[in-house]
Amino acid sequence: MDLSKNILKTLYENMVLIRKAENAFQKEFLAGNIPGFIHLYLGQEAIAAAVCGQLKRDDYVTSTHRGHGHFIAKGSDLNKIAAELMGKSTGLCRGRGGSMHMTDMDNGMLGTTGIVGGGFPMAAGLGFAFQKMGTDQVAVCFFGDGSVNEGTFHEAVNLAAIWDLPVLFVCENNLYAQSTPQEYHQRVKDIAKRAEGYGITGESVDGMDVFAVYEAAKRSIRRARSGQGPTLLECKTYLYSGHYVGDAKGYRSQEEMAHYKESRDCVKLFTERVLREGLLGQEELDGISKSVDEKVKQAVEFARKSPLPDPAEVTEFVYSSY
Amino acid sequence: MIKRQITYLEAVREAMTQEMKRDESIVFLGQDLSGGAGREKMGLTDTWGGSFGVSKGMATALGTDRVIDCPLSEAGYMGAAAAAAAVGLRPIAELMFNDFLWLAGDQLFNGAAKLKYLSAGKITCKLTVRTVSGGGQSAGMHHSQSLYALAAQVPGFKIAVPATPYAAKGALIAAIRDDDPVMIFENKSLYSSLGTVPEEAFQCPVGKAEIVRVGSDVTIVAISRMRLLAEKAAAELEDMDISAEIIDPIWLSPLDESAILESVKKTGHLVIVDEANNRCGMAADLAALAADKAIDYLDGPIKSVTSVYSPVPFSPTLEAAYLPKEADIVRAVLETMK
Repeated sequence: MDLSKNILKTLYENMVLIRKAENAFQKEFLAGNIPGFIHLYLGQEAIAAAVCGQLKRDDYVTSTHRGHGHFIAKGSDLNKIAAELMGKSTGLCRGRGGSMHMTDMDNGMLGTTGIVGGGFPMAAGLGFAFQKMGTDQVAVCFFGDGSVNEGTFHEAVNLAAIWDLPVLFVCENNLYAQSTPQEYHQRVKDIAKRAEGYGITGESVDGMDVFAVYEAAKRSIRRARSGQGPTLLECKTYLYSGHYVGDAKGYRSQEEMAHYKESRDCVKLFTERVLREGLLGQEELDGISKSVDEKVKQAVEFARKSPLPDPAEVTEFVYSSY
Repeated sequence: MIKRQITYLEAVREAMTQEMKRDESIVFLGQDLSGGAGREKMGLTDTWGGSFGVSKGMATALGTDRVIDCPLSEAGYMGAAAAAAAVGLRPIAELMFNDFLWLAGDQLFNGAAKLKYLSAGKITCKLTVRTVSGGGQSAGMHHSQSLYALAAQVPGFKIAVPATPYAAKGALIAAIRDDDPVMIFENKSLYSSLGTVPEEAFQCPVGKAEIVRVGSDVTIVAISRMRLLAEKAAAELEDMDISAEIIDPIWLSPLDESAILESVKKTGHLVIVDEANNRCGMAADLAALAADKAIDYLDGPIKSVTSVYSPVPFSPTLEAAYLPKEADIVRAVLETMK
């Protein structure tokens, strides 16, 4: 492992930014400032930080219903994310989409989706376009363990495989499809094994170890950029916050939840390692953490103060009206 | 005697539970029906009851061999339910949101809907699909659509859109006992609404509308949750000395044409209220029906009150602008009666 200090700092900053932003969004949701319902990324931060952190601005990402972390790590404006969650006119989609239907094309985010499995074919299509246009861009498709049971997974991975598309399929295996445990909804434990069925490279890594995800993603991205086709990268992770804010998580054991939070937390593991190996100092970490606090505070304030969209705009962006 | 009041959600659960106890050929398939599926021994199951809690307790009460959690594979388990329904079982299959109909669409619309016709009547597909429609909760464009007209466009399914706890139970029991495929669209904003519901099993007969309110000046046909808005509008119109008759079709297929036409012939005015938009939907369909079969009785233009033609927006101000409102109904009535 030979990561520069700057890379380490960025990884830490993104993980902590996602964590603190999500905690702030949770608070805003519970205070009634975020309408609808939201799905948080708490616990899975290492994956977005490690994968999105090494993408270029014009690389594209398809996200899921749990996409705040992907947007943040890819570099989308936190103010605009927060404003979108609150349905404000200053949001990324000017309030049209909210948490589950968010895009940021200036930053390579084709977006979150409310449809499980909705991102697979889109990611293949992005890769297809990059290949045809002869660019070195790559597409990254994030998805969970539950979504590989959708037919779109099979169709899109096969397309990417036969056409050698520059696509990275990143599975965030958090052990649950909503409230249904992985051991119930599929027989295969290591989702990366499915790669063999499509004739592509598959790799399974510890998704709580940001170093491991970073290295695996680096290999996959290099393969994609150099025309060697797609990779199925499975990151074993754990979601602290339940399926949505308000999920009582009665389907999980206390021991399991405590185990991940206490012994497997990605921020803790990273901090322990960089301090132990002298890669970063406590003061450096504290400095990052403090600047992140300020960023999150500002984003929430920006969103709160922003105006709601004008109702007269409701049909804007619809091709025709009746 | 005090009449028993339960919620719409409880009415749905009661209908399924009573029917499953009565008929062992009924199985219930869906996603997260229990929550923590497979963790019975750990005591960590039956914690969700589906996204809205409709099926809470059913897996425990009726067994996981009959209340069956499925993977996120809408095309898979809907098609499986349709075929099982053709060879002896009587499945109820829940689709978490009607917006996911696009995922299960091939199996339902090319499959289940056509089995009877393509077999020259030999196959009866005893399938009941339950799904959830409707906006108003900032659930966004992938969880808020009202897609029953899409289903009605395809011959083969019977379709119900219950608006009250009474109809939620009665239409569901009728659907389960019906030998043809039936699709029921429950409105998510109605789940907590209270109403009088008999404890015993009963049916809202397939294809029969309910005259919610008798009136003489204008007919308001209100679909699903719009019935509640129409009732409020009717009360407001009463103060203006306008007597509105409200019809809740309950069933969109088969449609109780005569109930609507008889009312229009009596009142001479028709206003249709639908949460779906006005293109190729129930509002256009019912307007065409009246124009075709009751034009000589109409004393004013047929008016539709629908949502705006756009995806369902997330932001509360935009969604409020998108949805039909009570005031829109009053305005439409005044316009047609001008």
